[in-house]
Amino acid sequence: MKVLVAIKRVVDANVKIRVKSDHSDVDLANVKMAINPFCEIAVEEAIRLKEKGVASEVIAVSVGDDRCQEQLRTALALGADRALQVKTDVAVEPLGVAKLLNAIAVKEGCDLVVLGKQSIDSDNNQTGQMLAAIGNMSQGTFASEVVCEEGQISVTREVDGGLQKLALQLPAVVTTDLRLNEPRFASLPNIMKAKRKPLAVLTPDELSVDVTPRLCTLSVVSPSEREAGVIVSNVAELVEKLKTEAGVL
Amino acid sequence: MTASILVIADHNNAQLNAVTLNTLQAAVELKAATGSAISVLVAGHQCDTVATEAAAVADVDQVIVIDDATLQNQLAESVAPAVVALTQESSYSHILSAATSFGKDLLPRVAALLDVSQISEIIEVVDAETFVRPIYAGNALATIKSSDAIKVMSVRGTAFDAVAATGGAAEQNRFSVTISNELSRFVSEEKIISERPELTSAAIIISGGRGMQSGENFPMLEKVADKLGAAVGASRAAVDAGFVANDMQVGQTGKIVAPDLYIAVGISGAIQHLAGMKDSKVIVAINKDVEAPIFGVADYGLVADLFEAVPELEQSLS
Ligand SMILES: Cc1cc2nc3c(=O)[nH]c(=O)nc-3n(C[C@H](O)[C@H](O)[C@H](O)COP(=O)(O)OP(=O)(O)OC[C@H]3O[C@@H](n4cnc5c(N)ncnc54)[C@H](O)[C@@H]3O)c2cc1C
Ligand SMILES: Nc1ncnc2c1ncn2[C@@H]1O[C@H](COP(=O)(O)O)[C@@H](O)[C@H]1O
Repeated sequence: MKVLVAIKRVVDANVKIRVKSDHSDVDLANVKMAINPFCEIAVEEAIRLKEKGVASEVIAVSVGDDRCQEQLRTALALGADRALQVKTDVAVEPLGVAKLLNAIAVKEGCDLVVLGKQSIDSDNNQTGQMLAAIGNMSQGTFASEVVCEEGQISVTREVDGGLQKLALQLPAVVTTDLRLNEPRFASLPNIMKAKRKPLAVLTPDELSVDVTPRLCTLSVVSPSEREAGVIVSNVAELVEKLKTEAGVL
Repeated sequence: MTASILVIADHNNAQLNAVTLNTLQAAVELKAATGSAISVLVAGHQCDTVATEAAAVADVDQVIVIDDATLQNQLAESVAPAVVALTQESSYSHILSAATSFGKDLLPRVAALLDVSQISEIIEVVDAETFVRPIYAGNALATIKSSDAIKVMSVRGTAFDAVAATGGAAEQNRFSVTISNELSRFVSEEKIISERPELTSAAIIISGGRGMQSGENFPMLEKVADKLGAAVGASRAAVDAGFVANDMQVGQTGKIVAPDLYIAVGISGAIQHLAGMKDSKVIVAINKDVEAPIFGVADYGLVADLFEAVPELEQSLS
């Protein structure tokens, strides 16, 4: 089966972001960018399916401006067979991304779409579930284990209170949690090879998808900062302060 | 007829999850802004006790019960079409659920079927169409205005006080709809049964990180927890290393908590961890590295070897 993997270009997880002084957005000028960590896990899972002979082809797709080609090249270096950029110069909401991914999944005949559970910039946790709804597909969200069987897949999900196992009919959507796998690093020869792998560019119009935003960001501010408190010298002082000063014991 | 506010209850067919009361506070604020009534949807199987509990909540005007065998495990593929069928019957201005693993799985599926965008994890209701939500692991707060006809949003429980669980007498109505789910099937679940309070509602939490070195050392924290009536949490590093179960992870991509007291033991304080606990009232950090970023947010820091400090803490609590 063909597997589609959705990857998003986001700020690197180690960067401490700052809000712009005009409160219009966060300041991403000259900030290190990367593949969303959950998407890296999605790419790894798809590649492993190919290595197991379950996936015939792995297609990486990203919705964004031309800079996301950098992350698509990384996905190709990791082992994706080809890449698709859906070119948009404005940020597309999860609903729009889900519609675009559905159009591609249908066009390419993909039986499985793997996404991250959450973008670490917008923290939405929506796109996979929306794609499953639009494509009338099954959904295995927050997956920590994926096993492909004949005509169906078995997904273990990380849920509040423990783990849940589901059997999903194909076509299916899986969103990755942190424990699904440990992504590999791209080797230098593979990075070189990735430069020659196909990367096609599409537009929302070509996919007949309307990505007009429904939400408008009025302002972005910094949360109130917590002040560092005191360093206590021993456990007795700590307990004493928690009892009398903080009143929490 | 004015549209009403629909709150999708989080429950296990036997009990209402307490976080639904926090979600209802957001609904109460929307009711103040719009004058609309509040309906609570209990979708499940043999879930009458949940409906009774929901009807007793003071601010609830109506409880709608969809009871169907296919809703036993509340899979999104079954619940979402049921919610959509309900929206075709009555008119809703807002659809809310808690940002639990159930709400996160279900709500975007509902929103997409209704062709509306979703606003995730709101922490403030500004007015009927404007909400505040954290982005970038809580390092920025965005004020978002929605132009959709139905506003679909998940609610961060720690940001809203719980409404009173009693004092109400809402009417209960059954809604029947034919539900079939050919897409997915529940196979099994492994629930962690614990006598301790739940992380998201505990008044005190003690969490361990990589500094704990192994799962065998967690009973050290559990002993403290038992004396304090506290819940036990963990950092991602502790969960990834297999010390403890996944559902104990506190952070940006785990559970968001805001207890009266949070004790971080052997946790460095990465932004992703802070995102899940920095709204706690009082934070204590026990770490042997005086440079650990966790001390930057702690009200009380103890620079010590946890293997000495934690047993001593436990002793001094008896
Ligand atoms: C996409 C993404 C999502 C993430 N989501 C989360 C999340 O939800 N929650 C989360 O927690 N993390 C999350 N992380 C991981 C996060 O970045 C950190 O790696 C993690 O929080 C570190 O855990 P830690 O503090 O336990 O380990 P470390 O950073 O290794 O810190 C261990 C600490 O223990 C101290 N220590 C060691 N031995 C002792 C001793 N004997 N006595 C006292 N102190 C001692 C050390 O000084 C050190 O400060 C995420 C990361 C990514 C990329
Ligand atoms: N612009 C995008 N391009 C490609 N994939 C995306 C994009 N936005 C979101 N996704 C996918 O959806 C997942 C969840 O994102 P979100 O719903 O924004 O939290 C991500 O991990 C990606 O797999």
